[in-house]
Amino acid sequence: MNATKEVFDWYSKWPKEQLQANMSFMRNIAQTLTDEGILIQNAGLAWPQQAVVVRADANGQPITDGVFPESKEFLAGFWIIDVENAEEAYKVAARISLAPAPKGTPGTMPLEVREIMDRAPDELP
Amino acid sequence: MISHLINVSFEDLLRELSPQVLGSVVRRFHDFSAAEDAVQEASLSAALKWPVQGIPENPRAWLTQVAFRRMVDHIRSDSARRRHENKAALETNFSVESTTVESESAADDTLVLLFMCCHEVLTPASAIALTLRAVGGLNTKQIANAFLVPEATMAQRIVRAKQSIRSSGIPFQLPSSDERDQRLRNVLHILYLIFNEGYTSSVGPELQRDDLSREAIRLTRILHKLQPGDPEVAGLLALMLLTDARRGARTNADGELVPLAQQSRELWDQTKIREGIELISTTLPKGSVGPYQLQAAIAAVHDESASSSETDWPQILALYDLLKRMSDNPMVKLNHAIAAAMVHGMATGLALLDELSDDSRLVNHYRLDAVRAHFLERAGNEREAVVYYRLAAGKTASLPERNYLLTQAARLDTNT
Repeated sequence: MNATKEVFDWYSKWPKEQLQANMSFMRNIAQTLTDEGILIQNAGLAWPQQAVVVRADANGQPITDGVFPESKEFLAGFWIIDVENAEEAYKVAARISLAPAPKGTPGTMPLEVREIMDRAPDELP
Repeated sequence: MISHLINVSFEDLLRELSPQVLGSVVRRFHDFSAAEDAVQEASLSAALKWPVQGIPENPRAWLTQVAFRRMVDHIRSDSARRRHENKAALETNFSVESTTVESESAADDTLVLLFMCCHEVLTPASAIALTLRAVGGLNTKQIANAFLVPEATMAQRIVRAKQSIRSSGIPFQLPSSDERDQRLRNVLHILYLIFNEGYTSSVGPELQRDDLSREAIRLTRILHKLQPGDPEVAGLLALMLLTDARRGARTNADGELVPLAQQSRELWDQTKIREGIELISTTLPKGSVGPYQLQAAIAAVHDESASSSETDWPQILALYDLLKRMSDNPMVKLNHAIAAAMVHGMATGLALLDELSDDSRLVNHYRLDAVRAHFLERAGNEREAVVYYRLAAGKTASLPERNYLLTQAARLDTNT
């Protein structure tokens, strides 16, 4: 799940009923996916104001940077799932994406789907 | 059901005995790290055999003997490198008579282990892991599960902890009287952290993990039995009981956080409250009042009031005044401000918060904003309250807290 600061800010201003509906949907879907043996791990992340970009200087010491443009997209949380193929992963992402939002808003929540690189290398013939 | 109960009693017995057995093994072989592994293996072996063969007549001697054998195996397999230094150990007759282990020295060993595992050379995270394993008798997998980290990560943390103990050369004995107080404070701090981790759960979507709290209470009970005269040990045990008593009311059916003022008090555990109040009421008059006793006394005032509106805030404020003088903890100052606001009004509370905003430890802490939001709301300034609830939500790293704070903001925000 990715979002700009603007979207985080928008979310934090949802009406109470819709916030609660969204929170309760998230709890339930996590439990359902766990029960179905699909979910390995999921986590929400602290919000962007706590985000810091770190890189090493010439001596390997951390240089931190905490100022970001509003337009930058931040990871809001992640779900690690175990499914057979990409199509199955898209279906799960679509189920999570159904999380309710206030009426009249752009629609369902977008999720970026990527594969974890834990496949064995192809055997040489 | 019955077999489940039997298993529970096996496990309780094993976990009670394992620090005592570890003490004997360390005394004989002078190698804490290897001894700790040997006792874990002996416990595992007991967990497999006792349910089938029955509990041996002297379970401690049984465990000690198995652990001694493991030690000897360990020394043999490692002998090329270590032949010389362990020659004496190998030659020792390792059969254990039931009479060789006196109960008093076994109890002392548990205490020595606690002092060792909570030593300040260890980081709190390492001390917690090692205490749960060596004194609590939990295995690495159980500890890893409790902290939601992979087993290998926890195993490595325990290895590092043992290395720190080895390289610091802490002797396996009770601390001398001049350092005893400080060492005991360290032990209490680690037990408090274990309890707190179970109660407020710093990681993951769940607000509380009661297995850790239960374990912290069990270990503190053991410590209280070993040091019945120490008022701060009694104070910490009372604090844990009086806090844990509210567990059932702290979250609703959806797992959402319920603040103290809105908890249904009939869900509070009266048995724990009675025990905690009894403990703190007999401890306080003895003098030598410390921070854990004061926190327990504050928890007792909350637990004793029939409703949140009947809370004796002047008494709580007086206790926080004392506590503030003893400790430089910013959370204490924040809680003191809450008590002051409840007694003298929100304007006083807000003024105290302004003083606290200079404290660098609090500036970026969500609780400062959360408390301010709460004060503003009670003072009737809902618009600003909304702003601070949301500021706090952006700063917390606890998902249940964030959900709670956002919901509070949404409740007040009439523009949405």
